[in-house]
Amino acid sequence: MTARGEMILEQPAADTLKVILSGHWKLGGELPGADQVQQTLEGKPGVRNLVFDTRELANWDSGLLTFLMNLGTLCSRRQIYLNRDGLPQGAKKLLELALAVPEKKDARTAEARVSFLTYLGNQTVYFIRSAGEMLEFLGDTVVAVLRLLRGKAQYRRADLGLIMQACSAQALPIVSLICFLVGLILAFIGAIQLKLFGAQIYVADLVGIAMVRLMAAIMTGIVMAGRTGGAFAAQLGTMQVNQEIDALKTLGVSPMEFLVLPRMLALALMMPLLCLYANLMGILGGMVVGVGMLNIGFIEYYNETVKAVGLWNLGIGLFSGMVFGVIVALAGCMRGMQCGRSASAVGEAATSAVVTAIVGIIVSTAVITVLCNFLGI
Amino acid sequence: MTEKEAHITVQDLTMAYGDFVLMRDLTFTINRGDIFIIMGGSGCGKSTMMTILIGLKAPARGKVFYGEVDFWGADPETRDRIIRRAGVMYQSGALWSSMTLAENVALPLETYTDLSPGQIREVVKLKLALVGMAGFEEFYPSEISGGMQKRAGIARAMALDPEILFFDEPSAGLDPVSARRLDDLILELRESLGTTMVVVTHELASIFAIGNNSVFLDVSKRTMTATGNPSQLLAETRDPNLRLFLTRGEKS
Repeated sequence: MTARGEMILEQPAADTLKVILSGHWKLGGELPGADQVQQTLEGKPGVRNLVFDTRELANWDSGLLTFLMNLGTLCSRRQIYLNRDGLPQGAKKLLELALAVPEKKDARTAEARVSFLTYLGNQTVYFIRSAGEMLEFLGDTVVAVLRLLRGKAQYRRADLGLIMQACSAQALPIVSLICFLVGLILAFIGAIQLKLFGAQIYVADLVGIAMVRLMAAIMTGIVMAGRTGGAFAAQLGTMQVNQEIDALKTLGVSPMEFLVLPRMLALALMMPLLCLYANLMGILGGMVVGVGMLNIGFIEYYNETVKAVGLWNLGIGLFSGMVFGVIVALAGCMRGMQCGRSASAVGEAATSAVVTAIVGIIVSTAVITVLCNFLGI
Repeated sequence: MTEKEAHITVQDLTMAYGDFVLMRDLTFTINRGDIFIIMGGSGCGKSTMMTILIGLKAPARGKVFYGEVDFWGADPETRDRIIRRAGVMYQSGALWSSMTLAENVALPLETYTDLSPGQIREVVKLKLALVGMAGFEEFYPSEISGGMQKRAGIARAMALDPEILFFDEPSAGLDPVSARRLDDLILELRESLGTTMVVVTHELASIFAIGNNSVFLDVSKRTMTATGNPSQLLAETRDPNLRLFLTRGEKS
């Protein structure tokens, strides 16, 4: 293609360098850079003026302007006077406009390079601070719950109803699928081992106890963390971006009571119910394997399950479910309330909410398991 | 109004984000019944100034007095009580998106008054009618235009008949006619209710049309350079930055 920009450098006088521009100076084409001029200037230390000849210039766009801006910084660094008279009228005006407001240098503290130790220190401080924030949030929640118990909390019953619906009935399909499959998988794995001893019937015990006591609650918790915890964080985060939370605060309405409380309440009440349902689905999954593959009779499987699964197991499972519900709700709401004021911050809040909730679920499972072991139940 | 009574007094205020100082040494007084303009170029901290005045962000240094009470020195309960007598219109309206306009305006009334649901419905209707939004009661914020959201935001801000109304860039993003009607609304509310208005804006037409007192925040000097009636400032100022701002940079 012939459409390219050309540059010739001439020295009409000892202290003057003439830049002759010709051809098409357009972005995307092949253009000479300011470094060529710089190289020429290195060899001619006496040059004090830079002039332009653009009579052969066919057309131009931002490609020419960026070249001129680079030349401008080059010239001011070398204390050379840049004479803009030879430039096309439009380019001259745009250049003046670009240089009208001086570059602001102190507006942002520059991202300085930090040493490893500084970085480590900063991260530690950040970690301690975020742990403090978490405790503060928990404290605020407790205060809000106390106000609720005294009947003073401000929230809308209609909101509570809507949230309850969103985190219970609407979650049924996904919870069914996941827990049915988990029950099925557990039965499969157990069957392979138990078959060796001819003890297939104990598949019912295995699936029943595992699901009711632990797995149903964990799986439901994780599903809800992804489904509802992320949604809570995104909702509150967007409200933060829209200044809706500021509007609540200036009205003197506590966002903790108005937004966090109904969400926590809804999950804490609905999670045990979801868990109960998940138990059934898990046992059903195990039953499909037991009855269909291992030739255990339907009644036989049912009886074995009833015999194996005690009330304590059910109680621990439902209690875990409620704890997980509170954890998911708090993680979601906390990340949402801490959200920054941009769209990407909302995304980060949602991600962080899910991660926090899942970590919380696993850690609290461990704590509950150890406690139960300790108490002998 | 013969005797001017100070409503909000700002003393030696410094606003900062971490180490980055936005504005320092701000001292000015907002009188009762003023339409007070906080003006300045973009990024000068006008909106930050407002967040400090309404209790959302603590100043780095200095004091804000509401009447005689030291606003930031007081405990949170006192602050809550003071700010409850103020209404705030946010830049984008900040209507609660999960509620209809009627519910938005009703929430302050439900929270702080003993009105019956029927009475609240009537008040809501009146407030929405005042801002020209009659008939939009059952709409959700996402279903109406940006300008309408702003007006509904005003209706919510004045739900409790506050003593002070804060406006964050009321005319930004509005067409000239709507902006003008909003100015008229602000003037009318001041005339009839005696509300003190604090308006953050850089809309010149509005500044001269409604403002009777103002403060100019100069972004290059990091402090305020003038306070007083905007028209008077234009007539008397020698400060080139302020003159440039008040004349849109056009030479007279």
